[in-house]
Amino acid sequence: MRAEFVASEVGNGLRRNLTMTLAVIITVAVSLSLFGVSLLVRAQVDTMKDFWYDKVEVSIFLCAKGSDTPSCAGGAVTAGQRDQIEADLESLRPLVQDIYYESQAEAYVRFQEQFSSSPIADSVNESALPESFRVKLADPTQYDVVASAFSGRPGIEQVNDQRQVLDKFFQLLGGLQAIALIIAVVMLVVTVLLVANTMRVAAFSRRRETSIMRLVGASNLYIQLPFLLEAAVSAGIGAILAVGGLVLAKSVIIDQVLAPSFQFTSFVGWDAVVGIAPILILVGIGLSGIAAFLTLRKYLRV
Amino acid sequence: MILFDTVTKLYASQTHPALEDVSLEIEKGEFVFLVGPSGSGKSTFLRLVLREERPASGNVWVLGKDLSRLSNWKIPTLRREIGTVFQDFRLLPNKSVFENVAFALEVIGKPKALIKKVVPEVLEVVGLEGKEHRRPDELSGGEQQRVAIARAFVNRPKMLIADEPTGNLDPGTSVGIMKLLDRINRLGTTVVMSTHDAQIVDQMRRRVIELENGHVVRDQSRGVYGYVR
Repeated sequence: MRAEFVASEVGNGLRRNLTMTLAVIITVAVSLSLFGVSLLVRAQVDTMKDFWYDKVEVSIFLCAKGSDTPSCAGGAVTAGQRDQIEADLESLRPLVQDIYYESQAEAYVRFQEQFSSSPIADSVNESALPESFRVKLADPTQYDVVASAFSGRPGIEQVNDQRQVLDKFFQLLGGLQAIALIIAVVMLVVTVLLVANTMRVAAFSRRRETSIMRLVGASNLYIQLPFLLEAAVSAGIGAILAVGGLVLAKSVIIDQVLAPSFQFTSFVGWDAVVGIAPILILVGIGLSGIAAFLTLRKYLRV
Repeated sequence: MILFDTVTKLYASQTHPALEDVSLEIEKGEFVFLVGPSGSGKSTFLRLVLREERPASGNVWVLGKDLSRLSNWKIPTLRREIGTVFQDFRLLPNKSVFENVAFALEVIGKPKALIKKVVPEVLEVVGLEGKEHRRPDELSGGEQQRVAIARAFVNRPKMLIADEPTGNLDPGTSVGIMKLLDRINRLGTTVVMSTHDAQIVDQMRRRVIELENGHVVRDQSRGVYGYVR
């Protein structure tokens, strides 16, 4: 195998077919960018889940005076009911990690803090606010266990899971990710078709050379390798552009636009980008290599 | 060298076989003319030898190998031992004479040093010394066919297959090409040549195999062209 000869064939092929080469580079870059973005969104969702699920808790609101749910028909929660609820929560360990009791007085202080600049703060008095147990779960996805054990019990007004609110948000992000992924898959299909067609044209435009190569006994590898390398080189360039786009998205859109304006949550780090980059390059080169190989098998037969 | 044992070749689109029940043997060092009208099966015969086609039935042996048992990846090795020349020369127009001949060696992975040594040698054999840097379009038809023969011969094949090599050339030029093929044959290479050129066959007085409608109708050791077109 003479590397120099193969390399010059590859260079000639890419130059001779410049428009097709550019088309392959651009579609690979665009489709892989979208693919990378969808992977990045998923990494972002995972990061946010880690961040938020550590903080979310299940709130068990106890009946206060004037609560109108059926389980509060007996009026405000009694000391006995409260102790029983606490004991039952204790029995759910280790699923239940931390139990924190918030009295009406504490609830009132927190309420005043949260709405300090709002006129609502003055209109609420201490007895209208429910006392509650704030429960932190070892595994936040096991919320149903707690909910089914406590909701509807006498003395309990409501069981609230903060995770449900977050899940709506995550669903939205998941939807965005799915859209990006669908577009990416469609674009990747387009890329594969384009590579196949490019190879067909390339094989046709060099049929003189390849027919002579066959006649003088060049091996299949020798005949096909320049074509395969052409496909791989243009896909590789496209993939590198896509990685560049991803780096740009991380350093500009995330680090300079999103992160300063949404400081309450954390964003994906560079480790996610570093993890995605080789995937993009492998997918790009792999897909176009396979497309080229299958096409050439048809057009460059022994 | 070549052994056909009751070979039949039927193309999918045709009802009449291109070759039917053909048995013949060509020995090492022979010079054989393959004659017959268009469509008589000459090209099919040559394609079977090169394993570009497979017979419907019967066996083809080339250079001691049973082609029906030759696996695909060994075909290139077979073709390295067979040089091929065509009526239309099949040169690469954007390469010089030297590069066209060198191409045949490059694509089978021969080292550069060897190429630099053997290409000028073979160009001398075919009488093209001094024209290494010309392009095919700067050469006459006869010279182009010499380049093609140089390319076919540069790897010193055991056999040379020529499919109407003088078909595009005028009689004077054809004589030169035949002298060259004769010289290559005398260097020990088996030559199988299909042709329509009666004058050449009659002059050379070599073995003649005549095909008609896919059958061997004549096989003479020192034959003439024999039939009227």
